Amino acid sequence: MSAPIDLPKWADTIVVPAVSVVAAFLVAGLVVLSIGENPLTATRWLLQGSLGTGEGLGFTLFYMTDFIFVGLAVAVAYHAGLFNIGGEGQATLAGLGVALVLNNLTFLPGFLLIPLGILGAAAFGAAWAAIPGYLQAKRGSHIVITTIMFNWLASVLIVYLLVNVLREPQSMNPETRAFPEQSYIPFMHDALAVFGIKVPASQLNLTLFLALAACYGVWLLIYRSRLGYAIRVVGSNPTAAVYAGISPARVIVIAMVISGALAGGLAVNELMGYQHRLLLEFTAGYGFVGIAVALMGRAHPVGIILASLLFGILYQGGAELAFEQPAITRDMVVVIGGIIILFAGALDGLFRRLVARMLMRSSMARA
Amino acid sequence: MSPAIQLSAINKSFGEVHANKDVNLVVERGTIHGIVGENGAGKSTLMSILYGFYEADSGEIQVGGKPVAIRSPADAIHVGIGMVHQHFMLVEPLTVVENVMLGAEGGVLLRGGEAKVRAELARLSRDYGLEIDVNATVGDLSVGLQQRVEILKALYRGADILILDEPTAVLTPPEADALFELLRALKEQGKTVILITHKLREIMAITDRVSVMRRGEMVATVETANTSPPELAELMVGRRVLLRVEKEERTPGVPLLEVENLSVIDHRGVQRVADVSLTVRAGEIVGIAGVAGNGQSELLEALAGMRQPVVGTMRFGGQEIRFSEHNPHRMRQLGLLHVPEDRLRMGLVPAFQAFESAVLGFTDEPQLGRGPILDHDRMVADLAAKMEHYDVRPPAPRLKTSKFSGGNQQKIVLAREIERSPKVLLVGQPTRGVDIGAIEFIHRRLIALRDAGVGILLVSVELDEIMNLSDRILTMCGGHITGERKASETNEQDLGLLMAGVTDEAA
Repeated sequence: MSAPIDLPKWADTIVVPAVSVVAAFLVAGLVVLSIGENPLTATRWLLQGSLGTGEGLGFTLFYMTDFIFVGLAVAVAYHAGLFNIGGEGQATLAGLGVALVLNNLTFLPGFLLIPLGILGAAAFGAAWAAIPGYLQAKRGSHIVITTIMFNWLASVLIVYLLVNVLREPQSMNPETRAFPEQSYIPFMHDALAVFGIKVPASQLNLTLFLALAACYGVWLLIYRSRLGYAIRVVGSNPTAAVYAGISPARVIVIAMVISGALAGGLAVNELMGYQHRLLLEFTAGYGFVGIAVALMGRAHPVGIILASLLFGILYQGGAELAFEQPAITRDMVVVIGGIIILFAGALDGLFRRLVARMLMRSSMARA
Repeated sequence: MSPAIQLSAINKSFGEVHANKDVNLVVERGTIHGIVGENGAGKSTLMSILYGFYEADSGEIQVGGKPVAIRSPADAIHVGIGMVHQHFMLVEPLTVVENVMLGAEGGVLLRGGEAKVRAELARLSRDYGLEIDVNATVGDLSVGLQQRVEILKALYRGADILILDEPTAVLTPPEADALFELLRALKEQGKTVILITHKLREIMAITDRVSVMRRGEMVATVETANTSPPELAELMVGRRVLLRVEKEERTPGVPLLEVENLSVIDHRGVQRVADVSLTVRAGEIVGIAGVAGNGQSELLEALAGMRQPVVGTMRFGGQEIRFSEHNPHRMRQLGLLHVPEDRLRMGLVPAFQAFESAVLGFTDEPQLGRGPILDHDRMVADLAAKMEHYDVRPPAPRLKTSKFSGGNQQKIVLAREIERSPKVLLVGQPTRGVDIGAIEFIHRRLIALRDAGVGILLVSVELDEIMNLSDRILTMCGGHITGERKASETNEQDLGLLMAGVTDEAA
């Protein structure tokens, strides 16, 4: 018999994830050691490359922006009791939405075009998530299966469209023509330069603020709004939802729509903020990182910001590390990321038990 | 002669909860020994230690005068202890013989073992008057007979000491009487019976001695002949309690809820409610008595709008409820509120803070917030006031719902529904898993509500509760209403027959 582990909130939100991260780094250190490299040097390069320089920091925050959106997407679905694995596909479709809006409304000024592009991303992401949501709500098709299938459908669809429909005739690359310039979301270094602040150039753009605003919005939605209340009831006690007159089917579809719209933020950051065109595989697997981010962040916006920062450090610092210490390849960095995901997500229960036991012992010692 | 069981200074903690504190218990051979206590008093923990589900942190168990170590149910069976659980551990598609030999098959091939089991069962049936068709499929047997199979299983394994955990919770009164006959027969044959129950009436009827537990401690062991229900209740709670709430006769008012020919079919296509007609008037409590699982739950859910009936009409305050508006939301708006049977699965969200659970079903009320956003401070203040009013302990609106005891959770549900001034209140199992002290409080509230002119439909498997509170009693069996009585003109035997499906016409 295993009783549910009850931890005080601070332990659950801070101590357990921190222990997970430390354990993950220890194990990753052993992996680094096993290939004959010094883990401490590796760690130094990792931190130096991601936080030590203005440019590195810019890239770290750029990745963090991506992860916040997909993390929030997973979290919102999670509160409704749904495991949305489809962030990747939803973001891909959101990219299509961005491209269609921006390249067809080129005559609009930036202050109209940018919001419309963002709306396009949200709408396409939402629509792509709504279908699995509907199938789950009305047909009982399991959302994990359908969202995975929809990732594949999205990736095949986008290849087809980019190769056959959206590609510029004279170009050999499967990508659209560049978006109109007024639709670019300004880079952070450009925006700060307006105020006379000089920072090194990086991909970081103002979408970061949109991501932070989305965090506040999700917090407000989930923990303070009537709708969020319904979402959480459906997620934690579906029978109680029926009793309360909340329709689980309706809430499931709504939660998936919001989730898909949030995943669309990834397309905004990558395409409107940086690439300025729609191209293949711009999602780069970040949609899956969102699952780890949401799990590690306890599906809470603040946790998601911290977890996103961690993964941002890992992605940016990892790239630097692979560059500085060639023995540690890019794949090696992926392994380290995988270990963190493993510890933060799958092995989470292990540390909850451990922390609970330690707390109990210390409280007994005091008594 | 040494006692059948002697427990000395048993201690068991779960985390910070000290479930058993220095518990001593002596059970004499050949007696029926009752153990009573409120929920969480430590009865189940103690019995789980005796049956090997848990190991005690410290203390000694002696069986028949010899110290024994019981680390698993197998050890318990080995020293002659058998247990009949509240929820049966039977394989329904198998026959009685197959169930009894389960775990004692005696070899790869069944035939040899089976012959032995048959012979042994025949002997047991003869010795104890346990009549049962050993070739019947267990799933086809009535609950009372299934319980008999459990007892047979224990006896077949050589149990000299039988522990029964709340054995009458699922039985009709006649079935309970039959069980007691059987327990007396077992006692005659020198077996020892430990009976865990919260029904004081049963304790008085059948036990020789009774032990009372409170907050993990054994507070008293008394001869049953020398005690009384009020004294036991006082020992259990630690203060004087009223077991029966006084109420005055009232003349009911206008019909509020009228139901005709209502039938409900569940998702598996089984008919759960069959052709039920009933009326609830203003200022009366209509009780529905029945053994658990006879359609009461489905009836309540259908009335609350959680299930669509297949046929039937329903009028509320004289107005017909159309199928399209038959949903929980609409019923609430009309003034039909619902205290559901299962507060943890339905009435509350255990993972929510209490103040959030305290608005379940009512989050669209404009005064709870501004626009789409809920006003938490206001919700907390609301619940804080209600908690004081309903004596919820601890009075902490921000505490997680699951941290409250059953009685306090139930008070949170009741406060939520009652304080919204219902016209009709559906109440399911209002005191299941609730302490005696809180039962008194809840009963008083319901009576006060009825005196204020609310119509109450009460579903409960506790016959005492139905008889105490109701003005009118309907009995349900197999989805049908099998009878109607005025509470003042009936008794347990009468209701028991109706609950078993023996209707007036048939009798």
